[in-house]
Amino acid sequence: MRWACILLPQLAMDAALRGCEDPDAPLVLITGPTQRRVVQAVNAAARELGLRPGQTLTAAHALTRSFATAEYDVAQIAHWHRFLAAWAYRFSSHVSLDYPRALLMEVESSFNLFGPWPRFEARLRKELTGLGFRHRIVVAPNPAAARFLSNAHDGLAVADRCALTKVLGRMPVSRCGFDRDTATAFERMGLRRFGQLLELPRDSLARRFPHKILQHMDTLLGDRSLVLDCYAPPDEFDQRIELNFDVESHQALLFPLRRLTSDLAAFLAGRDSGVQRFILYLEHREGPDSQVPVGLLGAERDPAMLFELARGRFEQLQIPGPTQALRLVARDLPAFVPEHRELFEERPQQSVPWEQLRERLRARLGDESVQGVHALADHRPEAAWQMADAGSTGKPAELPPRPGWLLRQPIALHEFSPRVLAGPERIESGWWDGGDIRRDYYLVQTRSGQLAWAYCSVDQPGRLMLHGWFA
Amino acid sequence: MGSVVALDTLLDERRVWRGQALAEPAGVQPTGHAVLDQALPAGGWPEAALSEILLPVEGIGELQLLWPTLARLTQARERIVLVAPPHIAFPWAWQAAGVDLRWMNIVRCSGRDALWATEQCLRSGSCAAVLCWPEKADDRSLRRLQVAAETGQTLAFAYRSISEAVNPSPAALRLVFEAPGEVRVLKCRGGLAPARTISIAAEQ
Repeated sequence: MRWACILLPQLAMDAALRGCEDPDAPLVLITGPTQRRVVQAVNAAARELGLRPGQTLTAAHALTRSFATAEYDVAQIAHWHRFLAAWAYRFSSHVSLDYPRALLMEVESSFNLFGPWPRFEARLRKELTGLGFRHRIVVAPNPAAARFLSNAHDGLAVADRCALTKVLGRMPVSRCGFDRDTATAFERMGLRRFGQLLELPRDSLARRFPHKILQHMDTLLGDRSLVLDCYAPPDEFDQRIELNFDVESHQALLFPLRRLTSDLAAFLAGRDSGVQRFILYLEHREGPDSQVPVGLLGAERDPAMLFELARGRFEQLQIPGPTQALRLVARDLPAFVPEHRELFEERPQQSVPWEQLRERLRARLGDESVQGVHALADHRPEAAWQMADAGSTGKPAELPPRPGWLLRQPIALHEFSPRVLAGPERIESGWWDGGDIRRDYYLVQTRSGQLAWAYCSVDQPGRLMLHGWFA
Repeated sequence: MGSVVALDTLLDERRVWRGQALAEPAGVQPTGHAVLDQALPAGGWPEAALSEILLPVEGIGELQLLWPTLARLTQARERIVLVAPPHIAFPWAWQAAGVDLRWMNIVRCSGRDALWATEQCLRSGSCAAVLCWPEKADDRSLRRLQVAAETGQTLAFAYRSISEAVNPSPAALRLVFEAPGEVRVLKCRGGLAPARTISIAAEQ
């Protein structure tokens, strides 16, 4: 087994920057009680302004005012840690969150699927960069070694026990995960490298230091196994982006919306499921949250498509008041069935499949906008058709010809002495459902040559009503 | 007089253009009306292009003109879309004309949305034919439809009023209904428009 450790050195800052439109603007994360606010983390732009972690907020404000602040939120960090675990779950069935700010995953069993390590690593890095998280990746034969080697290395891949002993031997003792007192004691004894520790006789180490030290050394070398908890992905997606200011326009909400939908897509890909229905909540300062339900006919998980559909529904919404936060909840996550494609497609240029086009039209024009027409077995023309989700063919009936166009409402036919070509055809039906009609239908030609389907009601004779065109 | 120039050399230099030099492409999208197929330079509907059908009034055979094409496409399990039709497509008649209703979809919308929906359907390439009834389409929006039809390799049909016949149009083919069941080709790309009227009703 080979273990990869993905160390996230700036998890809190990266998570905060994801919510910002301009990641290059100075941003500091602050913590502590109201009386004594302390800068916990700064980004590169803020560092250039002279801001440092550990400064009080007052001191920082004395230096400059031109930076944004955000709360250093432990719950948020845990949330993003879990989110990244869900992402990593795509690549390995064994993902562990045991170490803070780090993901441990077993990778060797995934090589068959994702290719040899260099290619696999490149993909991990690309996706992490796309998600906006800085990272260091190290592979080692055991999880503890991977975790502590990532303290000093990036991109290191250790193949076996022999190489591991060499690499670990060069590690400074202070970075090997010993507690602070022990590390200081080692330094003062002149033991600066891990290799020097290994050369010492074990019994003298055991006599001078607690037994945990030897256990930790054995764990690092892989002689003692480490029990890790396995990450199990959650069953539903619920994510919230708090906005730093009140937003009233759709345009400004599109950026967080895109973040939410792409996170949803990453989550779905990790679970190998799709989403059929999700709800966007807009949280307002006062009044209830606005809801935007987005329903799809099929399970989907393409990030661009999810964003476009959500945007289509979202832009129709009248925002009642300033929005403070945006939340996306997806509970219905059916299995994703990839679209069936032919090897030799008849339409090779096909860029948008019909299902996607249909969703796009429905998103903008309304749920009922795309339909098929369905033939019903009824003599009354009004009852002989029905709009349905998909069209279907009825059993052909032995009827006189019917017009291709049927008017929604019959209108009076203003025609002076029309030529009757066929008819009358008496249609008398529907006494059982209240929509009964008694009509004589004629095929009529108008003076301009149009073929009309007109009727004369038995109850009101003498008046021709136009009901369709033989177009 | 100068020296005699061989015809072949002139042609090889591409300084002389020969009209109708290429063989007529076989009709890939036959209209289903033999007379009309013969009259059209492509041997059928212009592929991946917009065709305009101009009508003086409703109910003079505008559906009969397209029904054979729509029937052929739907029976081959290709999708056709009607964007904002003016009336209800009465299923019994369409079915009797051979159209497989399972492959026909109707988009209900109006105004600018109809143009947008038409363009989306054409551009997607997932439909075989798109029929639309643009109400106030200017030259610009028709050109968009034409480009979309080219992009998506889709047959586009636009039904418009005969009053538009005087206005220029980017459509590859323009047909005018002169009388019930009689069409005249107003414009066709790739050849001269035949002057005579073509009767489509006679075959029915």
